[in-house]
Amino acid sequence: MSGANGGMTLAEKILARASGLDHVASGQIIEGRVDLAMMHEQGAQTVAPFHQMGAEKVWDRERVVIAIDHWVPASTEGAAVLHRILRKFATEVNLPHFYDVGNHGICHQILAEHGWVVPGDLAVGTDSHTNMLGAMGAVAAGIGPTEMAAVLALGRLWLKVPSTLRIRVKGRLGPGVVAKDLVLRALGEVKTTGATYKSVEWTGPTIERLSMPERLTICNMTTEMGAKCGLVAPDEKTFEYLRTIAKHPMHPVYADADATYERTIDIDVDGMPPMVACPYSPDNVRPLTDVVNEHIHVDQAFLGSCTNARIEDIREGAAILRGHKVHPGTRFIVSPASTSIYEQCLQEGLIELYTEAGAVFTNSSCSACFGGNMGIIAPDEVCASSSNRNFPGRMGPKEGRIYLMSPAATVAAAIRGEIADPREFA
Amino acid sequence: MDTMKDLIEGRVWTLGRDMDTDQIISGKYLTIIDPQELKKHVLEIGLPEFAAGARPGDILIADENFGSGSSREHAPAALKAVGIGAIVADSFARIFYRNSINLGIPTIEARGVRALFEMGDTARIEMRAGRITNLGTNRSITFPPIPHHLLDLLEAGGLVEKVKVELAQRKAAAGTPRA
Ligand code: SF4
Repeated sequence: MSGANGGMTLAEKILARASGLDHVASGQIIEGRVDLAMMHEQGAQTVAPFHQMGAEKVWDRERVVIAIDHWVPASTEGAAVLHRILRKFATEVNLPHFYDVGNHGICHQILAEHGWVVPGDLAVGTDSHTNMLGAMGAVAAGIGPTEMAAVLALGRLWLKVPSTLRIRVKGRLGPGVVAKDLVLRALGEVKTTGATYKSVEWTGPTIERLSMPERLTICNMTTEMGAKCGLVAPDEKTFEYLRTIAKHPMHPVYADADATYERTIDIDVDGMPPMVACPYSPDNVRPLTDVVNEHIHVDQAFLGSCTNARIEDIREGAAILRGHKVHPGTRFIVSPASTSIYEQCLQEGLIELYTEAGAVFTNSSCSACFGGNMGIIAPDEVCASSSNRNFPGRMGPKEGRIYLMSPAATVAAAIRGEIADPREFA
Repeated sequence: MDTMKDLIEGRVWTLGRDMDTDQIISGKYLTIIDPQELKKHVLEIGLPEFAAGARPGDILIADENFGSGSSREHAPAALKAVGIGAIVADSFARIFYRNSINLGIPTIEARGVRALFEMGDTARIEMRAGRITNLGTNRSITFPPIPHHLLDLLEAGGLVEKVKVELAQRKAAAGTPRA
């Protein structure tokens, strides 16, 4: 627990503001005012408790976003019913910001590209990867649907102020080595429980050089570290990214120079190779160069998910794919993170490039990421994936083996039909 | 809904570490909302014999990082539908912990608890005293007191009941004419 008057970390600063206190310390329980609440299909389970609570209206309809993404368009009757419950609820309580089929995208990407979360915010969503929005210099955390009902009714929730794990990164990422490799490397050290209940604060010169999409990727996977939230301090890049799209006024805060960190991990990325998380855990991380030697056949490659399906990721993959074909023994699925990214791919000729090479380029959704919609693998199959989880059963059967990697490495695997080093295609 | 009991006793099911939500309720069942339907598939991957064999009042004892992975409330909701008496683990993933408490399930972090129990043992939990005992071996360990706002939540019977009271009070206050 940090001292009563000691400096505050970035998350502590944000939570102090949200709770209207001058000072908070880790371990303290606070009531935080919510700046933004997001629901996807799981929000359908918010409706019943909202009514059971006796709530009639939502605390602030300009701060609630609904974005369906897991089954879009609905692929099962069950999913269609979830969508219907949400549409009905949105009409009933008058929620105007509903990203429905045709204007849809992965919920976290929708929040990012429409400027729903701004520096200094406390944001919550009914999805564990809400952490991704910490890239805006905000505390963004996942909550369950019953808790969301209380947030919709009251506009606040209880939080235990987390202690902070600082990850300080220096060095230059080499050619073909990207932010995904950095976050996998960090996961290999922190492990899936190393940041449980904590805030992860990314700092250091390498982080300052990262673009906003790259910051979204590294904050996204703080969820796999068990973290409540993962943040990057806002800077000129953040303000520029949000300049024309921010939905609410920004109120950036920064960590104090004398902030108390529970622990600091230093990472030097100079000379770091690309990384892979092997089955069955995102922290089972090895250098790609070692894994390549095992000639692991890949039945399916998946370029998608909230971690890595932005336009930059799809371009990064295209640079590898140009002039090649998808391996005949491999299925390659590409699913952009939002409809606007889909449209951008269309304009840039990327859909043509991928489909001509033999990939299936789908509409935007969570797609193969979670094993409940499409792109499910057979029990004895292997998938090379740009997503964030590879637990047993994640892509369907519990035996299915998922290797997590960068977009470029995913494309390299699709071409070779086995796990491969994207740098060989440079 | 029952409010929290101070003394909880039940038959034990044990589970290993890193039991994530995919193993508690697999992704293919996420479109199911009805907890009574969900409970047929609970722990299908993590402990396949559980769904058919569990009785109301049984207690789950898990190793570290129970409930990691997604924010799906389906996982604790399915366990609640089974009538689980309590979930005790060496440690929990944070969203699972919150969801489980919010649903009114006694959810207890007790370091070292997994090593104390075998499948089928009987456990006794003293909530306020912060102690869990294996009634077969008579070995017990203590756990840190549950923060009072969480005890409040459990005593209210979960978050829905708690907010219901708060909203009703607000309404009553708003409806009272000022003197
Ligand atoms: S893309 Fe995958 S990790 Fe991201 S929100 Fe969808 S299912 Fe979850």
